[in-house]
Order: sequence, then C-alpha cells, then structure tokens
Amino acid sequence: MEGAFILEKLILVVIVFTISLVIAMYSTLAERKIAGFMQDRYGPNRAGFGGILQPLCDGGKFFFKEEIIPAGAHKALFVLGPTLAIITACISSAVIPWGQTLTFGDRVVTLQVADINVGVLYIFGVVALGVYGIMIGGWASNNKFSLMGAIRAASQSISYEIGMGLSIIALLMVSGTLSMSEIVAQQSGFVNWNIWVQPIGFLIFMTCAFAECNRVPFDLPECETELVGGYHTEYSSMKLGLYMFSEYINMFVSSALMAALYFGGYNFPFMYDLGLSQNWITIIGVLVFFIKIFGFIFFFMWIRWTLPRFRYDQLMNLGWKMLIPLAIANIVLTGIVTIIKDTYFS
Amino acid sequence: MESLSNRKKVIEQKPMNFWERMYLPAIAKGLGITIRHFFKKIPTVKYPEEKRPYAKNFRGLHSLKRDEEGRERCTACGLCALSCPAEAITMTAAERTKGEESLYREEKYASVYEINMLRCIFCGLCEEACPKEAIYLDGPHVTASYLRKDFIYGKDKLVEPAFDIKKLNQEKAN
Repeated sequence: MEGAFILEKLILVVIVFTISLVIAMYSTLAERKIAGFMQDRYGPNRAGFGGILQPLCDGGKFFFKEEIIPAGAHKALFVLGPTLAIITACISSAVIPWGQTLTFGDRVVTLQVADINVGVLYIFGVVALGVYGIMIGGWASNNKFSLMGAIRAASQSISYEIGMGLSIIALLMVSGTLSMSEIVAQQSGFVNWNIWVQPIGFLIFMTCAFAECNRVPFDLPECETELVGGYHTEYSSMKLGLYMFSEYINMFVSSALMAALYFGGYNFPFMYDLGLSQNWITIIGVLVFFIKIFGFIFFFMWIRWTLPRFRYDQLMNLGWKMLIPLAIANIVLTGIVTIIKDTYFS
Repeated sequence: MESLSNRKKVIEQKPMNFWERMYLPAIAKGLGITIRHFFKKIPTVKYPEEKRPYAKNFRGLHSLKRDEEGRERCTACGLCALSCPAEAITMTAAERTKGEESLYREEKYASVYEINMLRCIFCGLCEEACPKEAIYLDGPHVTASYLRKDFIYGKDKLVEPAFDIKKLNQEKAN
C-alpha cells in the first residue's frame, strides 16, 4: 500500500465521518421542523435563522447536563453501551459507494472507503452488532425497566434482522454479487434500478430498516408509556445524546443503503447521454445520491408523523408471520422468474 | 326505537378484506393526509412579536374610568364589591375636600380601591352593577408575577391614565 492510497482513504474516511455526523445533527432539526409543518406550526425557529443553530444549542445543552451513573450500575459497561451504539452506527457507512471515480491527473480516486466483495454482509454484521450497544446499556443500568426495554429492543432487532436478510437474498439472486459497488454499478441509468425488479423485496427491506433503526412505527425500545423510558432510562447528558445520535446516524446509513441497493445509488437517468466528462458525472452522481438519501430521510420522518406505534405482539406478528413468509415467497418467486428467463429468453 | 336526532350510527365490525389487512392502502392514505398539512398555510401566531387581537367581548383587566373632564367616575358606592361573587373587590370611601373638584366627580370617592386578581373570575358582574359606568373589564390579560401581593391591583394600576381634556378638544377641533 502506497502512502497516497492511505492518504486518499484517510481523507475519504474523515469526509464520510463528518458528513454523517453533520447530517445526523441536522436530521434532529429537520425532524422537528417537519413535525412542525405537518402539525400546522413552525418548528424551532429561535436559534439562528429559521432555527439553524438549534442542533448546536441542543449539543451544548447535552454536554453541560449533569452526568449520573447509578450506584448499582456496572460502570465500564454503562459507558460502553452508548459508545458501542455510536461506533457501530458510524462504521457501517464504510462500504457504501458514494460515487464513481474522480480523476486527478493520472490518479483515479474511488469514492468508497472500502470496496470489499462482501459489502452487504459487512453491513448486516455491523448492524447486528448495534443491538449490543442497546443490550449492554440496558443491562448495565441495573434497572429492571431498562433491562426489559433492552430485551424488547434486542428481540425486535433480531426478529427484523431475519426478514431483512431474507429480503436482501432475492436482490442478491438478481444481482449475483455481494459487493456494494458492483450492485450499484449494475443499476446504471434508470430502467435498471432494482426497485423495478424487486418491489416486494424493497418493501420488506424498508419495513425492516424502519424496525432496525427503532423508528416509528417500530420504536418500541423507547417505551415511555410502559417502561419509563426503555433501555436508556438511566442515561443522562451526552450518553443519552449518543444513543439518540446513533439512531439518527443509523437512519442516515439505512437511507443510503436503500438508495444504493434499490434506487440506483449515484445513478441518474440519461447519465451517459448528456456528454459530460467522467468527473462531472461523478460529482452529479454524488449529489443525486444525496438527494435520494435525503428523500428517504424525509420519508422516515413523514412516516413518523403519520403512523401510530405498534403494540409489541403486533410487531412480532408482523415480523415473523408476515414479513418473513413474504420474503421467502419473494425468494421463490425470484428464483422461478430467473429460471424462466434464463431458459426461454436468453 | 326511532332515533330522535337521526345521528345514531350502527357500528359494524365486519372482518377486514385483503387490502385492509395489507394496511398499505391505509398507510398511503395517511401519508397523503400528513403531506397535505406539510404544504398548508400555518395558522400559528408568532407570539411575542405578533399578538392576536382580543375578541370584542373579551373580559380582561378592569379599568376605572374617568368622565369627559378627566375626573374619576367612581363614587365608592360599593355595589361592585357587593355584586362580586368572588369577593375580590375592596374599597375605602373618602369625602372630597375643597380644591379636588377637578379630580373626583362626586362628593364621595374611593381613596383605596383594590381588586385581588387571584380571586377575580372575570364574570363582569361589577361592570353590570356599577350605576356610574365607572368600571369596565376592557383591559388585557393579568400579567404573571412571583409574589401573591403583586396580584392585588390598587388604584395605581386600575384607574385610567389622566388626560388633558382641553388638549383633546383642541385636537378634535383641528
């Protein structure tokens, strides 16, 4: 590995890290603004123009709040919980291809931190680790309500992980690869987007992504009504902030994932017909990718202010009795269609 | 039995059909409703900068009125205090001395007039009871305060600010 390569990746890591943090920060503001508009009121609009400084104020408030670690808590694990949550949220963006290649002189830079050939598996592995943050946090608090909240969160995450994995298998059968960059590259133009061949798969994937991010209508890990506050009952100041922050980063990453896997990632219609140079196509592609991501983030929030929360047994019913059979049926259907296509139309 | 209002509805609980069980059409409909609100005009009043005018029949803070020549109308007859169901009004009457004719309209006036705003229920009965048209509930809200004693409003807060009748007449003539 040459130095330039390491430097290039380092810069990319820093940029991706910064972008996901900034987007997570401003998602909190966007959420409150969108909530406001959907409820016929203004959101926060006091700090700065249109409330633009609100996330900074919130952050400052989080840092200055009193930090409490309960006497009976396991101190090391108590601190480890939010740390793990935020780390897993941050590292899952490593395999997402943000764009094609940029050429500086004779140096070709790929806009992807790590182009590993098991990208999809990597993301699933990291996302599955995310539940440890919640579980450890809930257990280390030495509070039975936190523990129950954590158990609920863990069982929800695991249940929906299965549906998510099965829904992605049908997609992998179509694309024939586990590499994220390869999957996105296959969807060039507009007609090749995976949403057209895998609409059911996308629906299942999206539902499971909502559940994995603990977003409404699946935000059962946080249960103010039944379990005081859920797994983070005992958390205060920035440790609670990190949990919330990791939720928003997760939302950003799963939006990116949905855009990359099903909506063509950086691909946009007529991208090669406009006669642009490769660098320009890449830059526009990155912008298009971010527009898609923002669209999904907006959709997350839109859903939040539309649907009521599920009851826990309804959640489990939906996961195990609806989504998993549907995902399996989707796999079988995809297999049949693939065989028919290969035998008669190739 | 025949319904009197014809507004009675029989609730039916038939099993949901396939599309209803899918929930997706209902979700799409709900999303439609929320997004419509996203583009609606916002009726919120930006309060400290922008204030909504009071309704015409709003009963707010009391004010003790003056007559055309700027004299206090109140004669301390006590009818307002008597009619007050919350017993919020207290007053002390005093006799007008020589030289005070421009201050008080009649021989008797209220030297102390106090309304306890914590007791007042803003019913407007004092307004109705007053034979001299001296008290009206035409002010704004009672302001917040930390101390209970600050809610006892004396004459300093209740009496209309004095005005110069000659100046007003001149302005009217101009």
